[in-house]
Amino acid sequence: MNAVPGTLHTPKQVADRRAGSPHTSMFARMLIRAAVLRRGRAASALLAMIVAAAVATAMMNLYVDVQAKLRTEFRNYGANVVIVAKEGQSLPTDALAKVESVLGAKTLAVPFSYAVARTHDGQSVVVVGTDFGRARRLNHWWKVSRWPNAANEALIGMRAATVVSPNHQPFELTFQGEAIQLAPAGMLQTGAGEDSRIYLDQSEFQSWTGVAPSTIEVAANGTAAEVEAAIHQLAQLLPAAEIRPVRQIMEGEANVLNKTRATLYASATLVVLTSALCVLATLIGWVFDRRRDFAIMKALGASERLINGFFAAEAAALGVVGAILGFFIGIGVAAWIGRVNFHAPVVPRFGVFPYVLAGSVAVALISAILPIGLLRRVQPAMILRGE
Amino acid sequence: MFPRIVYESFRRQARRKVLAGIAITLGVAVATAMIAVATDIGDKINRELRSYGANLVVTPQEDTLDVEVGGVNLKPPSDGAFLSEADLPKIRGTFWHHNIVGFSPMLPVRVKLASGSGAQDVTLLGTYFNKALSFGKDDFTTGVRITHPWWKVLCGNPGEFPACGWPDDSSQNILVGERLASKLDKQVGDTLDVAGRHLTISGILSTGGAEDDQIVAPLALAQQILGKPGAVRRVYVSALTKPPDALSVRDPKTMTPEVYDRWYCSPYVESIAYQLQEVIPHSHAEQIRQVAQNEGTVLSRIKGLMLLVTLAALFASALAVSAAMATAIYERRVEVGLMKALGAGNLAVSAIFFAEALLLALAGGLAGFSAGALLARQIGRSIFNSQISIEPVLFPIIMTIAVFVTFAGSAAAIRRAVKFDPVFALRGEG
Repeated sequence: MNAVPGTLHTPKQVADRRAGSPHTSMFARMLIRAAVLRRGRAASALLAMIVAAAVATAMMNLYVDVQAKLRTEFRNYGANVVIVAKEGQSLPTDALAKVESVLGAKTLAVPFSYAVARTHDGQSVVVVGTDFGRARRLNHWWKVSRWPNAANEALIGMRAATVVSPNHQPFELTFQGEAIQLAPAGMLQTGAGEDSRIYLDQSEFQSWTGVAPSTIEVAANGTAAEVEAAIHQLAQLLPAAEIRPVRQIMEGEANVLNKTRATLYASATLVVLTSALCVLATLIGWVFDRRRDFAIMKALGASERLINGFFAAEAAALGVVGAILGFFIGIGVAAWIGRVNFHAPVVPRFGVFPYVLAGSVAVALISAILPIGLLRRVQPAMILRGE
Repeated sequence: MFPRIVYESFRRQARRKVLAGIAITLGVAVATAMIAVATDIGDKINRELRSYGANLVVTPQEDTLDVEVGGVNLKPPSDGAFLSEADLPKIRGTFWHHNIVGFSPMLPVRVKLASGSGAQDVTLLGTYFNKALSFGKDDFTTGVRITHPWWKVLCGNPGEFPACGWPDDSSQNILVGERLASKLDKQVGDTLDVAGRHLTISGILSTGGAEDDQIVAPLALAQQILGKPGAVRRVYVSALTKPPDALSVRDPKTMTPEVYDRWYCSPYVESIAYQLQEVIPHSHAEQIRQVAQNEGTVLSRIKGLMLLVTLAALFASALAVSAAMATAIYERRVEVGLMKALGAGNLAVSAIFFAEALLLALAGGLAGFSAGALLARQIGRSIFNSQISIEPVLFPIIMTIAVFVTFAGSAAAIRRAVKFDPVFALRGEG
């Protein structure tokens, strides 16, 4: 053995140090000395282990979390469930409160009520009463120049504006003989039916027309099965209403999400396999390199079981330490990716840890046992003679 | 001498070389596959996002207001302006016609149903289902089956009416919305008296939207009922677009000619809308913001995610390659000792190792590139049902990366091997 710089090696010093140190079993001492004396090789094996565990952790974390993240992105498409009063009936007045109590605070529910009013020159126009605060959060894609914030202010669709208020002036609408004076707050542009409508605050709308909300649009969060369960729950709660999933939104989301998940799964598998390969290559090299240790142990009379146990314990220790360090680094990487890409933190999934640990130890054991199996067939004398 | 040493090294230590070569091949294969998937994923997801439906709508310029509540149009049917059906194939003549996945004209007509309990007003929507059209030499089909993929035709009991399914665009058959059908108590194969015509129901339509309360018919039939041949109320266009950026939202009227050209030649939803207005006379094209605005965010999120995952894959494969190379070189210290004892300089020894690394990288890179291309194809086929194409320009890039990573991975090991004292090496120590 070479003298390791920085340690003391005269026989007396070694004896003193050994006497002073707490007694450890031969087995444990062999493990520790092997790691200390060949720091470079041990460190590179550990590094490979850490990187592989980190990458695997990050991938598994992302795979679980990204779906939730993407679902939140998909909620920007707006409502995926619509509650409509059955024909000839109206929604109960507490419908909105009921919906929110069932679906929880994270779900967004927006009431809408509709009436057809007439302009001063007799044209029909659809007027909608809603809750602006909620509508704004539900319909991110609405391009609004200014949201109404004062009494009798209305949000006017692009096309409706050319009819009722082409120069942004106040205007009058009548509904069944009742007139109302409205001031335009801002313009609404969506490219769909909303462009032909005028939006009012629900309470003003109701005191003018007396029409209660007939539709509640709901953005229900969660997986397809959770949304399905929510629809079922709502149907029991509101027998007077019809609960319809918005198929356009639900199917589009399912489609894109499935494809993304499958791609991510394939990529994560590739990445994890590659890092396992890296560990395998490094560890096999490490163990192969130590065939002289192996030969000496055998020459001194160590049994096969002891030698196998020794290398296995070494590999397992490496796997455990690598998995623990790699896990925390991987969590950090996943959090960083979440911040960079989704502008939201990825919640650390500690449930992933057992898998990373088991995988690391398994790979380490395989890469230790493989070369041992090869070495077993060789006579110790041959190795010691350097052949 | 130099080529002979390298050649002999490959001949005599074939096993070790094969192991290092396999590591390089696998690393490069994963890197190639991931780069190919990441560069193509935008296009693939963009197509999947089309399942959200049309992102553009074309309406007549001088249209009156829609008076529509809960899918029931209260506007007098002949009111307002129309587009001409004859202009529609010109959509395929726009600059970005390759990006236009499909379009569907719509013509809602209010009709009276003579049912048992008396007359009833419903909306009959005329459209294309899967209409064969041609523009110049270009033959194509388009219609709601492409632009509205969530529309489903239900048949109930298939044995009762074998012709059940989407109606032919030239037929007099109709689809009846799910809710309307249950209200009227009509099944597939029944006839319905619409505006004095006996029409056969060829399927029950389920859309989860307003169409569930309507009748959907071929466009020509709706035009006959309305008495306005060639009339179309609006056209939904489904186009592959580029996510919006600072340039896309600018007003084309205020642009300099160069900026205008760049804007015109980018597939922004705004520029495609502009081009649709150019080819269809007296029209106004608008993005459907619910679809158009959100797909940009979803797309950029997924692309960003794949980019980061690809970086992780590249990192992992670079590490695997360098680990394998380091092991391969570390095992050959005795050789280094011998060469140095015979008087070889550090430079000469390093040159031999680097030459070997280069050969390994080229061989492994080539094999890995082919394997990676196959892998990417397999991923594309099994996930997206379409080919993931490998850009030929990727080949030199991948080869450069392979050589670079192999060199980088070998460098530390070579340096250590060269610095190693030949005496220890020859005595078999260390």
